[in-house]
Amino acid sequence: MIATSHPLRTPGEPTNPHRDKLEIMSDITAEQVRHLAGLARIDLSEAEIASLTLELGQIVEAVASVSSVATADVPITSHPIPLVNVYREDVVADVLDTAQVLTQAPEHDGSRFKVSAILGEEQ
Amino acid sequence: MTDLIRHTAAELATALASGATSSVEVTQAHLDRIAAVDGAVHAFLHVNPEVSLAAAKASDARRKAGDILNALDGVPLAIKDVLVTTDMPSTSGSLILQGWMSPYDATVVTKIREAGLVPLGKTNMDEFAMGSSTEHSAYGPTHNPWDLDRIPGGSGGGSAAAVAAFEAPFALGSDTGGSIRQPAHVTGTVGVKPTYGGVSRYGAIALASSLDQIGPVSRTVLDSALLHDIIGGHDRHDSTSLRDEWPSMAEAVRNANVKGLRIGVVSELDGEGFQPGVLARFHEALALLEANGAEVVEVSLPSLQYAVAAYYLILPAEASSNLAKYDSVRFGMRVNPVGGGTVEQVMAATREAGFGAEVKRRIILGTYALSAGYYDAYYGSAQKVRTLVQRDFDVAFANVDVLASPTAPTTAWKLGEKLDDPMAMWRGDIATIPANLAGIPGMSLPVGLAQEDGLPVGIQFLAPARADHRLYNVGGALESLLEEKWGHTLLSQAPVLMEGAR
Repeated sequence: MIATSHPLRTPGEPTNPHRDKLEIMSDITAEQVRHLAGLARIDLSEAEIASLTLELGQIVEAVASVSSVATADVPITSHPIPLVNVYREDVVADVLDTAQVLTQAPEHDGSRFKVSAILGEEQ
Repeated sequence: MTDLIRHTAAELATALASGATSSVEVTQAHLDRIAAVDGAVHAFLHVNPEVSLAAAKASDARRKAGDILNALDGVPLAIKDVLVTTDMPSTSGSLILQGWMSPYDATVVTKIREAGLVPLGKTNMDEFAMGSSTEHSAYGPTHNPWDLDRIPGGSGGGSAAAVAAFEAPFALGSDTGGSIRQPAHVTGTVGVKPTYGGVSRYGAIALASSLDQIGPVSRTVLDSALLHDIIGGHDRHDSTSLRDEWPSMAEAVRNANVKGLRIGVVSELDGEGFQPGVLARFHEALALLEANGAEVVEVSLPSLQYAVAAYYLILPAEASSNLAKYDSVRFGMRVNPVGGGTVEQVMAATREAGFGAEVKRRIILGTYALSAGYYDAYYGSAQKVRTLVQRDFDVAFANVDVLASPTAPTTAWKLGEKLDDPMAMWRGDIATIPANLAGIPGMSLPVGLAQEDGLPVGIQFLAPARADHRLYNVGGALESLLEEKWGHTLLSQAPVLMEGAR
């Protein structure tokens, strides 16, 4: 076990038809940006989608150089100074109580966070 | 004692020990200075004089009773708003955390409190530390004390400007790609990014967890060392925290000596793309070190040409993951869409309203880089570049003790100048980013003013992982040599800020 945090891979679309070749395609479309915004849970305006489509295209082109040197024989580095098996004593310590946790909640009922409907109409 | 704000933290500690002044007096002097100039500088997002003075009073009582906590007990400092504090709001420069009060203190904040230091307030920063100018703060930019129309660097422009404007003797900062060192460069101050894992990040609002590091910001190398000694060391709350026994950084400064020190000049960071005045001051500093016994050689880090690209894949990828916690459920802002909506719609409306343009840009880019089908080509390849950069450093450090470069290609630019071109701003991070990719420590300290614009220039030193003390050795030595040559400190040449302006 390596006790370091790895960013989560976002599941789902979009898929790259050239995935096996590790080619970088910078054909960013507004539809893709709209989809990414959905995955990232940000309600972008149409104006934001338009400017991000343009910027993301430029950025992706600029960062594409990484794939040219990332050959199969180079191992990845996910963590600059890796530590393995970071354990602590299995004792309860430094726990915030419910009241402390809820003080900054936008809405709560005294013991739980309160949110609006979890299921949408389509579900 | 007069002009208390002009003294370094080390000098204030001596004055407090001798009884020449009190913590209340020193703290009040800095609060007065903040009240007088921060309208123009805007280094602080939050100041609470009552809380600061209560801490100062407690320090004076301890000193009277003869049981001070640390040599620096009673000396005030500023805290970057990325660090959570129980007695002041912590926003990380974002609207989504406006007014948010943390139920716990960051470990470094706990450590400075346990050493008796007096928090003056929280300093401004680019939103979630994304930026190199502080213009991406949701609360308005900080102004460079050398020229109020120019950027103070970023993301930690607030901490650097506070220190440069004599609003605090030193401060805490965070450095993910240069956010401590580049502001130091453009404000004529000192900043250190410690070895990854050398200082706890517990309670630092995370940007990119494999790059983030907390470190000191000050006007002198010794003051950074004193603060580093207080905040460094293992923390069981941070599983990336190293268990090393660290030597005293302050001792490294006090015993500074560059005789026989081998300094490698990074050829990729010396020439094209760098402002003439930046290069001129950099080479003068190297010549001074050489004249005093150091050996200067040229080294090449060929993978550096891919470092910025790799960084701007790794950072957004990790940030998009870290910033998923701002979900409008547990803390922070909640925006209900007109006519209501599901929790996901509330979340999306909140994040649209609560995040600024640069944060959205990087979250979308990070989400793209982590998407199925693109993951290997982007995030995977960037992590391989990281290996190549580390290997380059390993080869270089087999032959030299420290590496040197200008801290950034240019001096401070005008506010607004690069705001419409995110890539231009990102490219300015070329010299500072490699240290974060490799996890090694780096320091920036002032080496003079560029002849073409009269603005500060910094030199950056890099050392192998766990050899932070080498930075304090070479930095301390160079600082004394320069001040001996100039006959003054660089900051004493900064224009006088009009008190009460704006």
